[in-house]
Amino acid sequence: MNSFYRSFLGGRSGTVGLVVLSLLLLVVLPLSIDAFRLNMMGKYLSLAFVAIALVMCWGYGGIMSLGQGLFWGLGGYCMAAFLKLEAAANIAKEAGTDQIQALTTVGIPDFMDWNQITELPWFWYPFKSFPLTLALMIVIPTVIAYIVGVAMFKRRVGGVYFAIITQALCWAMEILFVTRQGWTGGINGITDLRTLLGWDIRTPDAQMTIYFLTCIGIIGCILFGRWLLNTKFGRLLLAVRDMEDRVRFSGYDVANIKTMVFCIAAAMSSIGGAFFVLNVGFMSPKLVTIEPSIYMVIFCAVGGRMSLIGAVYGTLIVSFGRTFFSEEFPALWYFLMGSVFILVTMVFPEGLAGAVNRFGPPLWNKIARLWRKKPPAAPAEEVKP
Amino acid sequence: MSITTTSTPRTGMLSRVLRSIAATCAVIGSAAAMEDGWANPVLDKFPTATVNTTGLATGDHWVTVGQLHSVTGTMAISETGSVEAERLAIKQINDMGGVLGRKIKIVQEDGASDWPTFAEKAKKLLIKDKVGTVFGCWTSASRKAVLPIFEKENGMLYYPTFYEGLEASKNVIYTGQEATQQILWGLDWAHKEKGAKTFFLIGSDYIWPRTSNKIARIHIEKKLQGCKVVGEEYYPLGHTNFNSLINKVKLAKPDVIYSVVVGGSNVAWYKQLKAAGITGASLEKDKRLLLTISTTEDEVRGIGGENVEGFFACMKYFQSLPNENNIKFVAAFNEMYKDKYSGKASIGDVTQAAYLGPWLWKATVEKAGSFDISKISAASGGIEYKEAPEGYVRIHDKNNHLWSKARLGKMRLDGQFDVIAESPELIEPNPYPEGYK
Repeated sequence: MNSFYRSFLGGRSGTVGLVVLSLLLLVVLPLSIDAFRLNMMGKYLSLAFVAIALVMCWGYGGIMSLGQGLFWGLGGYCMAAFLKLEAAANIAKEAGTDQIQALTTVGIPDFMDWNQITELPWFWYPFKSFPLTLALMIVIPTVIAYIVGVAMFKRRVGGVYFAIITQALCWAMEILFVTRQGWTGGINGITDLRTLLGWDIRTPDAQMTIYFLTCIGIIGCILFGRWLLNTKFGRLLLAVRDMEDRVRFSGYDVANIKTMVFCIAAAMSSIGGAFFVLNVGFMSPKLVTIEPSIYMVIFCAVGGRMSLIGAVYGTLIVSFGRTFFSEEFPALWYFLMGSVFILVTMVFPEGLAGAVNRFGPPLWNKIARLWRKKPPAAPAEEVKP
Repeated sequence: MSITTTSTPRTGMLSRVLRSIAATCAVIGSAAAMEDGWANPVLDKFPTATVNTTGLATGDHWVTVGQLHSVTGTMAISETGSVEAERLAIKQINDMGGVLGRKIKIVQEDGASDWPTFAEKAKKLLIKDKVGTVFGCWTSASRKAVLPIFEKENGMLYYPTFYEGLEASKNVIYTGQEATQQILWGLDWAHKEKGAKTFFLIGSDYIWPRTSNKIARIHIEKKLQGCKVVGEEYYPLGHTNFNSLINKVKLAKPDVIYSVVVGGSNVAWYKQLKAAGITGASLEKDKRLLLTISTTEDEVRGIGGENVEGFFACMKYFQSLPNENNIKFVAAFNEMYKDKYSGKASIGDVTQAAYLGPWLWKATVEKAGSFDISKISAASGGIEYKEAPEGYVRIHDKNNHLWSKARLGKMRLDGQFDVIAESPELIEPNPYPEGYK
């Protein structure tokens, strides 16, 4: 029990942080905002999976990936492929509607039909099965991350070169998805997704359920991340980041350690992509490209790249800011967002978690002193991994 | 824009400061200065309880509509014209006393050239702002992203762009042309008037050019006597190196180079054609031509008239149309945006189609006697707009597209088009063309 407390919950301060976050996500937000905003929170949270993955891979492993959107997008496309096939099967059951009259071949996704494809491509068949889709959602990104990892880390490619390569991969992926439009929906993406195993995902009730599932996924990822970073592997990871050569001379295979954390980050990002599709109802190559990938790094930087919980707050705050500014100032919002980023990096180079760690304990001590008129034993709410 | 935004007021210090910055910087803000003192003269006849039974943001003296285009990102250059045209129409309607005595307020959102953002903002407009009617979208991808939301939340979208068809939602009024309206008559013209027999089809690689060329190919091969397609090529969006394509075209020597190249690629495509010696004049000498359905005044402004002079475009509207409605429209547009364009605005096909949206909506609301979307949707069939700059248009009884004419323009050095031919009748919209699948 004690080791569980330490490794999963991160001791006292970690538990406080986690409880505060859970209360916020599972109680405060659902009670205080309406269904539309809550759905948007769900959408933001599905991006937080990537931010958490980046904390592990960038903050702890020192591997800066500017193309994490690639893995996130693969998860999204897997889920979207399954939902689209279900939608196509549902349309095939209709009769006399415009939707069915517009199709030459019934039973395949509409965008395939528009591109003169008459038969479902072989690699779409696995997505007819839900368990297989879930498995592929994890396996495909992991395998790709493994190949990239082995190819790069074994050759000791790292730092900024690796970042550029991930970005190029991400771009290649976007071009692939845009140009193979008969297979992927092209620039339109995969749209008009309605049901998951017969359950209408567009109703407010369903969206509420999906929101809670997303929250549980996030909390699960944080717990998993804490456990992993507290194991021997986690300590090795830090060592690799800070002194790669010394770890290598101690007899460890540095490339394997890096590849492993990169694969885990890929799988975690992919799960986020799948949740995004469920929250939003479609998938688009615009989400796989470089811009969102850089946003994901910003989420992580704003939240604090050494804090799993900070990453979630970073994502929520940046995404909410994006929505808020663009709603209030449709023509100016890019400039406002830009100024906020510059300000945050200048004032809080360690991100929000850094700021909380720095200003939190003294502030808490002061409050506590006023309250009890004697100094407290331990500093509270310190954001730990 | 902040002037017309009716979303929940926020009273933070930051918000207030930002608001004042926005107000000073607002470019289009002046477009919709509202007198809040407006009183509805026909309120007795159209009480809010009867014209708004579905909880829309419509009161006794005003009605709220949404506007959803990209004002930032790569599509902003194309969509700005639509934003401006819609605002012009709304201003003119307000000056005439509004719709059912209610003046129009606009809630504008930015789609940011990003389809997921379009979906998010569409939800916001329909669910939070309860606008019901939205004028917006430009690319097919953005329309596809918002369509399920409009159908689910029962909103009405007025969509201005010419597009590929294969769609007829009861929640969308398509004020641009679907593919057959733009393609068939133009090909007939090239065959009959210019004696063209061989066609080379070129497009950007996405659904609209592909569907358009599919329809063009079937028409050329099956409906036109003795004609054939000698080549069909696609390039990714944003592609800028067309030299190998131009070599293929030179070898194939088609009578008609049929171009559906879109966006930024256009600039490279036409400049490289000119560099390779293929110009309007050189083609004309050989009794050949270049015909496009994707280049309007808006694009020519970026390409440069000297690179496209003598090429042909098939559209439903050209800025140079000499009719009275259009002269008034162009003058009003230049007047409203004189600070920005100093009287020299380029108005393309889509900009004009966007201008039709608010007018068609007004006529429909007045026919239905209601702002409720189901009633607007039911009343849309047969709605006419006689003062349209392109000439008389009417909404089709069944498929929510417009009956409109097709026209051929020859590009001039100054970036305008000489209108050289016009379809004699209005062409029926046919989004699901039989025999063209």
